[in-house]
Amino acid sequence: MAALTVQLVAADRLVWEGEASQVSTRTTSGDLGILPGHTPLLGILAASEVRIKADGTWRAATLDGGFLSVERDRVTIVADSVDATGMVG
Amino acid sequence: MGAQIREYRQRIRSVSATKKITRAMELMAASRVVRAQQAVRESSPYARAITRAVSAVATFSHEDHPLTSEKAEVKRAGVLIITSDRGLAGAYSSSVLKESERLVARLREEEGKEVVPYLLGRKAVGFYKFRQRPYAAEWTGDSEKPKFERAREIGARIVEDFLKDTENDGGIDEIHIVFTRFVTMVTQEPEVIRLLPLEVVEGTEAPEPEDVLPLYAFEPSVEEVLDALLPKYVTSRIFNCMLQSAASELAARQRAMKSATDNAEELIKKYTRLANQARQAEITQEISEIVGGASALAESK
Repeated sequence: MAALTVQLVAADRLVWEGEASQVSTRTTSGDLGILPGHTPLLGILAASEVRIKADGTWRAATLDGGFLSVERDRVTIVADSVDATGMVG
Repeated sequence: MGAQIREYRQRIRSVSATKKITRAMELMAASRVVRAQQAVRESSPYARAITRAVSAVATFSHEDHPLTSEKAEVKRAGVLIITSDRGLAGAYSSSVLKESERLVARLREEEGKEVVPYLLGRKAVGFYKFRQRPYAAEWTGDSEKPKFERAREIGARIVEDFLKDTENDGGIDEIHIVFTRFVTMVTQEPEVIRLLPLEVVEGTEAPEPEDVLPLYAFEPSVEEVLDALLPKYVTSRIFNCMLQSAASELAARQRAMKSATDNAEELIKKYTRLANQARQAEITQEISEIVGGASALAESK
């Protein structure tokens, strides 16, 4: 199965970048899961936790709101500030 | 005679103390400028992502957003001036201020607009206070290491003022930023860009063929996405200007302190020579006095 290329970007740095098989976020209008082959999308994210499944494990980061774009299996999650303590491991 | 040597020695001591300080400042600026450049680089993924998203939305929504539409009549123009908090950076602050004065004169005299200054950095605030000119807002305290929160605060204020009604609420019709672009370690140029109304510009890299924007779905809707993205885009532009200015400030300070250190060295060399000369003159005089005295004694016998 094709994988997603995920970039998690904060205002002052690139927080995380890598391959993932699944991304789970929450937009202002509801929860949103992304699998490879998702249709191009631009969404506004609510202040929430974004979860990224990479190498079979879920990693989580807390955002204070931002946006997300999906195109050709490239997912860019952008937030002003990201608490990435859950991204390690 | 001895007094002169003492004076020279004193000068040497005080110049060496100054040299130590300028040398320390030079090294500090040198190490910080690397970090500031890194901060500029690290903020670029965010800027790129947001620019791409905004141009994607702009391509698909053909309606005008208040932040992108030109007003029919521009009466009041805001100018955000980014300077440093501290001096000792050569001509850094004064060249930004000079550039801003040029812009203000152009807006006021040639285009007949009322100018509303927004000041960032103590140097700009001092400049306006000293001339007793009014200004709309000031932010000081972190010119060397700008925080994103500060950019967000400035962005929020500027967008708010921009959206206000010009006639009744004292809103503004356009916004310019005067900042210093970091070109290289030795070249930094004061520059003016117009921030609002927005013109979305893609990055300097030419888009690759596969980079053609796909048809996006918008969540929750085009309007809401645009509403949320544009203020972020404004903030990211401001943040980038702040980071570049910070890097420029530090580079300018490093250069200024380098030449101050060189000058101090030059002075120390000069004073050392003078002191040696004075000492030599003193010795010569003493010898000739002794010789003169001895021969006077010999003659009198």
